[in-house]
Amino acid sequence: MSVREIFKSMEYGPAPETAKIAEAWLANNKKKFDNFIAAKFVKPNSKEYFETINPATGKVLAKVAKANDKDVDKAVKAARLAFAPWASLPGHARAKYLYAIARHIQKHSRLLSVIETLDNGKPIRETRDIDIPLVARHFYYHAGWAQLDDEFADYEALGVVGQIIPWNFPLLMLAWKIAPALAAGNTVVLKPAELTPLSAMLFSQICQEVGLPAGVVNIVNGYGDTGAEIVNHPDINKIAFTGSTEVGRIIRKATAGSGKKISLELGGKSPFIVFEDADIESAIEGVVDAIYFNQGQVCCAGSRLLLQEGIAKEFHKKLKIRMAKLRLGNPLDKAIDIGAIIDPVQLERISGLCEIGKSEGSICWQPELDLPKEGSFFLPTLFENVSPASTVAQEEIFGPVLVSMTFRTPTEAVQLANNTRYGLAASVWTENVNLALDIAPQIKAGIVWVNSTNLFDAASGFGGYRESGFGREGGKEGMFEYLKAVWEKDLKQTKASAKITEAKIFPDSNPEIKIDRTPKIYIAGKQKRPDSGYSYPILNPKGELVAEAALGNRKDIRNAVEAARKSEGWGKATAHNRAQVLYFIAENLSARSNEFKERLLDMTGVSAKQASWEVEKSIERIFYYAAWADKYDGAVHSTPMRNVTLAMLEPFGILAISAPVQNPLLSFISLLMPAIAMANRVIISPSELYPLAVTDLYQVFDTSDLPDGVVNIVTGKQDELADTMAKHDEIAAMWYFGSKQGSKLVERESVGNLKAIWVNNGKDYDFFDNKIGQGKEYLRRATQVKNIWVPYGE
Amino acid sequence: MNLKNSNIIGHKRNTGIPLDLSLIEDVAVNRSAIERRAATLTTRRSVKKEWQAAWLLKAISCMDLTTLAGDDTSERVKRLCAKAKQPVRQDILEELGMAKENITVAAVCVYPTMVATAVKALEGTNIPVASVATGFPSGLMPLELRLAEIKYAVKAGAKEIDIVITREHVLTQNWQALYDEIAAFREAVDEAHLKTILATGELGTLRNAYKASMVAMMAGADFIKTSTGKEKLNATLPVSLVMVRAIKDYLELTGFKIGYKPAGGISTAKDALAWLILIKEELANDWLTKDMFRFGASSLLGDIERQLEHYLTARYSASFRHPVA
Repeated sequence: MSVREIFKSMEYGPAPETAKIAEAWLANNKKKFDNFIAAKFVKPNSKEYFETINPATGKVLAKVAKANDKDVDKAVKAARLAFAPWASLPGHARAKYLYAIARHIQKHSRLLSVIETLDNGKPIRETRDIDIPLVARHFYYHAGWAQLDDEFADYEALGVVGQIIPWNFPLLMLAWKIAPALAAGNTVVLKPAELTPLSAMLFSQICQEVGLPAGVVNIVNGYGDTGAEIVNHPDINKIAFTGSTEVGRIIRKATAGSGKKISLELGGKSPFIVFEDADIESAIEGVVDAIYFNQGQVCCAGSRLLLQEGIAKEFHKKLKIRMAKLRLGNPLDKAIDIGAIIDPVQLERISGLCEIGKSEGSICWQPELDLPKEGSFFLPTLFENVSPASTVAQEEIFGPVLVSMTFRTPTEAVQLANNTRYGLAASVWTENVNLALDIAPQIKAGIVWVNSTNLFDAASGFGGYRESGFGREGGKEGMFEYLKAVWEKDLKQTKASAKITEAKIFPDSNPEIKIDRTPKIYIAGKQKRPDSGYSYPILNPKGELVAEAALGNRKDIRNAVEAARKSEGWGKATAHNRAQVLYFIAENLSARSNEFKERLLDMTGVSAKQASWEVEKSIERIFYYAAWADKYDGAVHSTPMRNVTLAMLEPFGILAISAPVQNPLLSFISLLMPAIAMANRVIISPSELYPLAVTDLYQVFDTSDLPDGVVNIVTGKQDELADTMAKHDEIAAMWYFGSKQGSKLVERESVGNLKAIWVNNGKDYDFFDNKIGQGKEYLRRATQVKNIWVPYGE
Repeated sequence: MNLKNSNIIGHKRNTGIPLDLSLIEDVAVNRSAIERRAATLTTRRSVKKEWQAAWLLKAISCMDLTTLAGDDTSERVKRLCAKAKQPVRQDILEELGMAKENITVAAVCVYPTMVATAVKALEGTNIPVASVATGFPSGLMPLELRLAEIKYAVKAGAKEIDIVITREHVLTQNWQALYDEIAAFREAVDEAHLKTILATGELGTLRNAYKASMVAMMAGADFIKTSTGKEKLNATLPVSLVMVRAIKDYLELTGFKIGYKPAGGISTAKDALAWLILIKEELANDWLTKDMFRFGASSLLGDIERQLEHYLTARYSASFRHPVA
């Protein structure tokens, strides 16, 4: 086109980034990549290679080795061999390696950007300005944590970590996984997504360049079956996964009972809420960043637009004008907003869901943009006339498709925002700080962006609530995903496995001469008969009947959860207020300490000294968590922009606890108190064999201003009750302290809502030992971190 | 003869509307979001090669070539006018295929006492003379004198008057006073065009910049302009974003298209492209003409000339290779 014509038309022309150097890099590697094991590129045992494609052109970029079980095993062995020397390096030495990686990422930043764009199809603007700078930042930040290993003095590395990452941010997800793992002293076997392996191969070469010790980072390629080999490998200590909720469930199930720690960062259907007083033009720009960023293939994409009714019409009108200005096409073009969809299969899925949306009566709007003739592209899409029940409002589409709904009041906005199984992120637009800071804590999501969206930084934790997974990546909170308390390795397998037998269960009877005391279950602050109408005998070690306890069943758990659900007030009570209630419980327990001591003597047959020690220790422990109630709090993260990033600690909501058999009073108190101190409402099953120490507590609770429904106690068979708890979708987190088998059961059955799980794997926790029986580990397990980004400036 | 509503710049001239405070009372301008958008405007768009050459010529054609210095003399103004007529070396225009397109700057902008000189120097061209007025740059002069100054400049032949507003009216939120003042200026300019300088660098907040923009348009401004070039903080992309969004809102409300002029601190070809991108993205191509968009600049032209030569030769040019003003 001539200068003269352009002068008249004032159109944009092509502005392509050159791919020459990237192509040369591919050619130098003969367009073929092997697995990276023990610092070397190793041919696959499988002898198979698969192709990786440029989604913008459909052309093959390179062939990549497909790892089978033997290849994975080889990588795990290399990582295991490297683990001890790597973990025992001084923090400063690990920091130097991570720092060097960050430096090399910057040195190769443009090559990495171009490779990423070729392999993934996302615009070069994004890889150049967002992905790769964040990758470097992540390694810098975590070089810092490696250096500051004193901050984690009571913790140690887990061992070999298996990591499986998605295709939407290939290198960034690699960085999110590898940087904290290495900083904490772990070694890694990572599998990139089969659709986007190339930047990980370039990263492998960077590991060679910086002289990272062999085996610290191992990268194997392949499909889901290769991932499964990692997940199921017996010598892996932790699995970190980012991807679909569906695969997250498979991993949860597969690792159940294995003792592997897992963290899952899964899907989302994040709300983008605009109140009528928002800066509308800016909010519209926010929508562009929320759903048309990376072709909408973002787990935290703001895909549900919630507009206050009065502005909806105007907003749609302006949004459509903005959408028509988006530029779609060659991702290597520097003036392109929307690149290619990763794969024809994904493209088909997006189209399919849009068809369903239309058939359900929603109105589909797309601007008239030119679509490239080849490659996988999808127009930016807006669905109007959508209701919460629409498929497109419920399903994660993972494409540039926005669904729009309206609300009338802030309360309704929250209700709609939370009307999803997911809970990854949210965006809230209003100029009213009161409104913003009122709404943000009410949204069930791990990240809330106020007047902004899709902001990321290594200093801020990222991760979800609900079926968006658990665990955080980034921030200090993220480091704990790769660490364990040093005392964990000294825990022994429990011997206490006594169980009540079916034969001994008999209907209510009244054999004693004394006035009968029938311990019931405790729901909503009331003692209730169990639904089953059965009791079971509590025997002392001599086999004599002490009393009968209520045999709770699944309906009692259901009722307990109902009661807990209604006691929302506890979550809103001030920390000071909660502390006061805990202190009051301690005070009232102390007043009746003799009675509890007698009960323990009668029931468990321990020595008098031991019994009174258990009561004293329980009182001390209540004090301990009362003390923490208003001190274990969040942080303001230093993210690199003008904002406050509030890392708020929030309760899970409804937390279920399955307490162990031994030390029935102390174990119960040690698990319950941190949970309620952090504002959770609890369903708890006490020691199966010795529940009476706990049933006596009902009156203590009744006299201690503990609101009804905050603590709900169901006695009975531990694993039967735990099974129901694990399967209950309203329970957001669960702690199980019982048998190894029970631990497996709970982990396996938690897949329904992917609740956060803490199990003892059949190990004995000595609750008399302060180092093990109390501490921040309990508080951390009782809370989830929500990062709220609040940019400011008038 | 009432020319106020005449169709002299290709579209219906803004008549203004009665002051409507509801248009500015609850306006929401989120600075952080505005800054993010401004920062990514130029990373989302890139103009290269012949496109860049064409766009840079467009920038020249939308330029108010300006001299507003205490040491301005008649000769200096004449030199500037000569440059205005021939802003780019003829051989460069020829190679670009633009020799016959009559590429000149949009206007020459001077102090009122230099208007007559400039008008004479530009005789026979279509290049209008713009004059600053109303006690430029601070505006702190009695109203009668400011009105008299406008009339003086118009009489001397200025076709465009760049007025400054009383910042106090904005800082004290005295919108009626601001409206009345600008409306009076509008009355005084008569046929000439009213370019309203808001001096946004002295208004404190982006929200004030939006409100002042809206009031200026309601009072009948033909153009709104960021700065005198004399404030500590002159034209920025964020404030421009706010002002063009006000223009968009006013258009939607009244159907009047208002022109936009960033001024001060715009000195590189890269800056010029950034503003053109902003206008294209946030408004429309309709604004990418000298009737709707101006750069207020004194040193921008030199950099653009060097860039144009670089485009043709692939060699970096030196400033002495291009005639000065």
